Amino acid sequence: MSAIGSIAGSVRSAGIAARRADFPALHQQIHGKPLAYLDSAASAQRPQAVIEAMVAHERRNHANVHRGVHQLSQRSTDAYEGAREKVSRYINASGSDEIIFTRGTTESINLVASSFGRMRLGPGDEVLVTWMEHHSNIVPWQMICEQTGARLVAAPITDTGELDMEAFHRLLCDRTRIVAAVHVSNALGTINPVQEIIEAAHGVGAAVLLDGAQATPHMRIDVQALDCDFYAFSGHKAFGPTGIGVLYGKRALLDAMPPFQGGGEMIRTVTFAKTTYNTLPCKYEAGTQNITGAVGLGAAMDYLSGIDFAELARHEADLLDYATERLLELPGIRLIGTAAAKASVISFTLGDIHAHDLGTVVDMEGVAIRTGHHCAMPVMEHFGVPATARASFALYSDRSDVDQLVAGLNRAAELFL
Amino acid sequence: MNELQELYREVILDHNRRPRNFGELENADRVVEGVNPLCGDSMKLYVKLDGERVSDIRFTGAGCAISVASSSLMTEKAKGNSIGELKSLFDRVHEMLTGDGTGAAPDIDEMDKLAALSGVRAYPTRVKCATLAWHALIGAISGSQDRISTE
Ligand SMILES: Cc1ncc(COP(=O)(O)O)c(C=O)c1O
Repeated sequence: MSAIGSIAGSVRSAGIAARRADFPALHQQIHGKPLAYLDSAASAQRPQAVIEAMVAHERRNHANVHRGVHQLSQRSTDAYEGAREKVSRYINASGSDEIIFTRGTTESINLVASSFGRMRLGPGDEVLVTWMEHHSNIVPWQMICEQTGARLVAAPITDTGELDMEAFHRLLCDRTRIVAAVHVSNALGTINPVQEIIEAAHGVGAAVLLDGAQATPHMRIDVQALDCDFYAFSGHKAFGPTGIGVLYGKRALLDAMPPFQGGGEMIRTVTFAKTTYNTLPCKYEAGTQNITGAVGLGAAMDYLSGIDFAELARHEADLLDYATERLLELPGIRLIGTAAAKASVISFTLGDIHAHDLGTVVDMEGVAIRTGHHCAMPVMEHFGVPATARASFALYSDRSDVDQLVAGLNRAAELFL
Repeated sequence: MNELQELYREVILDHNRRPRNFGELENADRVVEGVNPLCGDSMKLYVKLDGERVSDIRFTGAGCAISVASSSLMTEKAKGNSIGELKSLFDRVHEMLTGDGTGAAPDIDEMDKLAALSGVRAYPTRVKCATLAWHALIGAISGSQDRISTE
């Protein structure tokens, strides 16, 4: 990898272009055509380095962590805590005790909704989300609001799929206890003005949780520069494995909040009269965790650390422009989500062809896209469509993937229109 | 025939473009809503009974080509048939769409146009699109439920 990096030094785009070779799953045929994997927003492929790190851990180092005095337990603990260190450094937390391992973004948000909610929410309080949230940043808040008597408020979006900031500022008030917003929308690609959101929320004394599931694979995250209170993301969307994710939280908040789940590892002492809880981060990690998953996530952080994000941004912007241009050539195309600040995600409909039929037809051309409501039914409702097709790009995508998609869509148009 | 034409046969494309018996049915005896939570599609089935016989049947809703065509074909087939006949037809259609071939082999001639749906068998992710209308039909003629889900 370092060799590729140095060769690419002078030829700017060769660095990213060469990355495709790192991902074994991309190099196969589907229905006799080369695979064009345009579903990275659902789950990204993993580089060889991540796969190897996990296999190596499974083959030699596996044991439970924090528990045994034996050699393997020590190795496994070192690997697990080493992964936490890597995550902490990668997103620039102020210490690795602010990194909680979870099953993914969904569990991270549930943790905050439950623990922060029990500490801070009551009747008359408000939780402010946006109309473009993934269901995982809506439902946990609905559940805790029901339990605590707090009210869930959603800031509307515009017809380009941007957050209506005027409405957002109007809805934010001294009753708002927490703002939970998506950093990059999975259904629309919109990149939210998170800096403005965070400053405004802090201005009324509200905490901020950012759902970073779609942001981490596209941009370098610095939680201290953002000054967000919580940041949630999933390993599998950031070139790591499934079943592992991260909750970053500011130490003071994580210390003050009650634990999420009870069990082993999260305790200091247990008697039937009273249990005392462990310190951070173990307080929030009840039970045996996904150790190999953490190791894989650590390797993904290493991989991402080797990426030139300025170059990646140019690469993805070029792909997005090219894909947008090519799609707009198709009669009947409608792009859903045309925000000025947009990640390399394109949602669309084609004539009145149902998204699932599109998905099946392009699959025959070797193209993998996502079809459906993208776990963002309020977004679909806003745009008056039951479902969209979505092509999402990652660092390993290139223009040939777009060409293959367009060929597939032309085929669908021939068949149905 | 290539794979795509095997799935999207002419009959299916035709029934998708011009669904038969599409629209609401006033004075329906049974109204059943069928939903496929996997994709969010839903259809509403209206059935008018004359004793044990389906005298009229219509449907509304939006869905993929497979589900619209399946609904359309189902209503064509159901009209005029008795509840008993339709229950046994359901079993045969279900076997055609989902079976591993070990059950009673559906008689393709007798299935006539419905056989066009058999292409979905090769697409496990799409089978539910085809079965939704049929589950709704069973719900309607058994009078047991007013909401059917494929999940
Ligand atoms: C924006 C966003 N938030 C949250 C999630 C949920 O992530 P996970 O299923 O990994 O918990 C997703 C995944 O689709 C997402 O795109």
